[in-house]
Amino acid sequence: MNDDWVLVRFGELTIKGRNRGRFEDMMVRQVKRTLAAFPALTYQKTYGRLYIRLNGEDYNRIADRLKDVFGIVSFSRVLRCENDLQEIRAAALQVMREVDPAPRTFKVTVKRVWKPFPHDSQEMNHLVGAHVLRNTPELKVDVRKPDTELKVEIQPEGTYVYAGVQQAAGGFPLGMNGKAMLLLSGGIDSPVAGWMAMRKGLEVEAVHFHSYPFTSEQAKEKVVTLAQRLAYYAGSIKLHLVSFTDLQTKLAQTGHEHLIITLMRRSMLRITQKLAEQRGALAIVTGDSLGQVASQTLGSMHVIGRETTLPLLRPLVMMDKLEIIRIAEKIGTFETSILPYEDCCTLFVPKSPATNPNLRIVEKAEDQLGEELDRLVEQAVATVETIELTAESRSDAPAPAEERWF
Amino acid sequence: METLYFDHCASAPMHGKVIQTVSEVMKLHFANAAALHQAGAEAMKLVDRARAGIAAGFGAKPEEVVLTSGGTESNNLALKGWLLRPGRTRKHLITTPVEHASVYRTAEQLEEAGVEVTWLPVDEYGRVRVEDVAAAIRPETAMVSVMHVNNEIGTVQPIREIGQLLRDYPQIRFHVDGVQAIGKVPLLWNEWGIDLYSGSAHKFQGPKGTGFLLVKEGLALAPLLTGGSQEFGIRGGTHNVPGIVGMAQAFRLATEGMQERRERMFRLRRRLLAIISDIPELKLNGYGAEEEERTAPHVVNVSYPGMRPEVLVHMLEQEGILISTQSACSSKSLKPSRVLLAMGLGEERGSGSIRISFGDEHTERDIDALGERLRLMVEKLKPLERSRG
Repeated sequence: MNDDWVLVRFGELTIKGRNRGRFEDMMVRQVKRTLAAFPALTYQKTYGRLYIRLNGEDYNRIADRLKDVFGIVSFSRVLRCENDLQEIRAAALQVMREVDPAPRTFKVTVKRVWKPFPHDSQEMNHLVGAHVLRNTPELKVDVRKPDTELKVEIQPEGTYVYAGVQQAAGGFPLGMNGKAMLLLSGGIDSPVAGWMAMRKGLEVEAVHFHSYPFTSEQAKEKVVTLAQRLAYYAGSIKLHLVSFTDLQTKLAQTGHEHLIITLMRRSMLRITQKLAEQRGALAIVTGDSLGQVASQTLGSMHVIGRETTLPLLRPLVMMDKLEIIRIAEKIGTFETSILPYEDCCTLFVPKSPATNPNLRIVEKAEDQLGEELDRLVEQAVATVETIELTAESRSDAPAPAEERWF
Repeated sequence: METLYFDHCASAPMHGKVIQTVSEVMKLHFANAAALHQAGAEAMKLVDRARAGIAAGFGAKPEEVVLTSGGTESNNLALKGWLLRPGRTRKHLITTPVEHASVYRTAEQLEEAGVEVTWLPVDEYGRVRVEDVAAAIRPETAMVSVMHVNNEIGTVQPIREIGQLLRDYPQIRFHVDGVQAIGKVPLLWNEWGIDLYSGSAHKFQGPKGTGFLLVKEGLALAPLLTGGSQEFGIRGGTHNVPGIVGMAQAFRLATEGMQERRERMFRLRRRLLAIISDIPELKLNGYGAEEEERTAPHVVNVSYPGMRPEVLVHMLEQEGILISTQSACSSKSLKPSRVLLAMGLGEERGSGSIRISFGDEHTERDIDALGERLRLMVEKLKPLERSRG
C-alpha cells in the first residue's frame, strides 16, 4: 500500500559537525510547532531529514506553512511503498500521473541506499522508467533537460518516490544564532530586515519608537500588525513600544535643526542598547540601506553607529529598494508598510537634514542637554510597554469581556 | 400555550450569547470605528477581529470580507457592483427563476438597465443542470448567479460543478447567494471557483441588519453605497459595530461542529418527512430523505393543493406553531410560488405551499407535536376541500 509523506530537507545546518544533533532537534521542534494545527501528522526523523506522514491531512496547506520555516531548504511530497519492484513501479506511475501540468519528458533517478534490494540503481532506472513509459503513451525520456525528474530512493524502511522539489525559506532554525533587538519603524525596510535576521537563525525582539500624540494610534497598530506578520514566521515575537515624545521634543529644541535625525537615531540606539542588556540580546538589527535617506549615508551611519557598542546588523545595507520591496511583498509586510500613518522619524523633519554630520558637533549638542538627556533615556526605558504577539493574538488587547464576545 | 417556532428560514431566533454580546458592545463601544481617537481604534479592532473570524471560517482572507447590512444588500452589491461597473461592455447575466427576490428582482431591474438575462430552467426539484449553464454561456456573459440553498424548498444547487465549469471562463464571475446555506451546508471558498458569496447574520441566529459579501481577491466592484472609505471603499457607511461583532460570534457558533449538527437536523427532517408521508393530502416539494446530499437539513416544503396557504399558516398559528407560506419575502402576495411554478408543479400545487424550517433548539418531541397538528389540520380541512369540489 502507498503512503503519503512529506520529505523535508534541512539546510545549512547539515554542514555543522558537532552540534548537529541539537540543531536537528531544534528544527524538528519548530516544524512540529508550526504544524501543530494538523494533529493527524506523524513524524519520523532520519539523518539530515524529516519525514512527515500526512495521515489524510491536506498537503497544500501543510506545504504553505512549511515553505516559511527557517532552516528548511526544500521539501517534496513523496509516496512511500514497500521495497518491492511491483509496488515501486505502481507508485512511480501514480506520482507521474499527478504531476500538473503533465510533463512531456522525464527521467528517472534511482538511489539504492538499502543494498539488499535485488536490483541496483542502474537496473532500477530501466525497470521503473520502462514501466512509466509503457503506461504513458505521450511521454518521452530526456536525460539532459527533462520536464520532470522522477526520483526513487530505496531506504531500509521503504521506498520513497517523488517528482518535485519545493524550495523553502532556507537559513537556520530560529534562535540557533542567538538573540538581537530589531528597530521596527513601520516602513518597508525594517520588517524585511527582521525577516532576514530571523532567517539566519536570530531570535528578534522588536523595538518601536512612537511620539504619541504627534504620531497616531493607527501608526502603533500598523507596527503591531507588522510585528504579527513577523510572528507568523517566528511563532511569537515581543514588541517593545517606547515613548519617544519627551526626548524628541527636547532634541528638537537644541537648535540643531539639520542634525535632529542624527540626534534622534543616536538616542534610539542608546535606549535599544539598554533594552538589549535587559533582554540578553547581543546585537541590534536595522533596516538601513546605504544611501537611501540622509540618516543612511555612510557619514550618518558612522556618527549614529558610534553611539552603541553592540554589533549593528544591517541585512539590507547593500540592497536596492526594488529588491527590498520584492521581499516585503513575498513575506506579506508590504501592504501594511505602505499604509499612510506617520512614524516618529517623519516628525520635525528638517528641510535639509545633514547627510554628513560632524561627530564633534553632535556630541557637543548632546553635552548641552547634559543629565537631562540621560534622564529622558532612562525614563523612556523605564516606561517601555511590551506586548507579546503571535500571528493571531496579542497580549495587550483582549479584555476579558472581548474574549467572551467572539 | 407553548409556541413552536418553525420559521428559521425567515429569521432564526437570536442566540442568547449573541444577544448579550451585542448589548455589551453597544454599551461599551459606541464610538465611530473610523474615528481617530483610542475609542474609535478599539471599535475598529473589534470590527477587524469580527472580519477575521468570518474570513477564517471560510478559509478566506480578511480583505475578502465586505461587511454589509444583510443578504439583500450583498446580493444587490454583487450583481450591480459587477454588471453596472462603469465601462462594462459585456452585459449578460445567467441566473435562475428560483433565486431569492433580492437576486430575482435585481436581475429584472438590470434587464431594464440594458443587461441581458438568461433564466435557466430548473428540474422538478428546483435544481439547475450544469449543462444548461454551459449552454447559456455567450461571449458577452459577465456573471453567473446561482443560489446555494433555495429559501423555499431547501434544494442545494450544484455550486461546485458550476464553479468547475466556469474555470474555463475566467471573464465570467460566479456569484452565489449563500444566505440559507451558512451553518447548514458546507462550502469550500478557495476550491469551488466562487467569486462572490452572500451571507446574512439573522439567518444563523445573529442580529438583523448585518451581513457580508465575500469578494474574491482582486475583483473590483463598483460601490452601491458611496460615501466614506469604509469596507475598502466598496461600501460606505458607519460600521454597525455591535451587529458586526454579534454576527461574527453567531457565525462561529453556527459553523462550529456543523457536521454533527447537520446530522441531527437531518434526523429531525427524516422524522417529519415520515409523518408527512402518512398524510396523503400533503405533497412534498423538493428532495425527500433519499437524496440528502442535495438538500439543506433544516427545510421541508409541502403543498396542500387547492388550499390557500394563509389558511394553513393561520390554523397552525392558532395551535402555537409558526411557519411560512413560500418565503417570508413573497408571502404577502397571493400569487402562486414562483419557485414551485418554475419547478413545473402547476398552479394548484404552487399556490398552496407551506415552508417548515427548524434549528438547533428543536427536539424530536417538537417535530412530533408539529406532525400531530398537521394531521389535525388536514382532518379539519378535508371536508371543506370536498364540499368545494
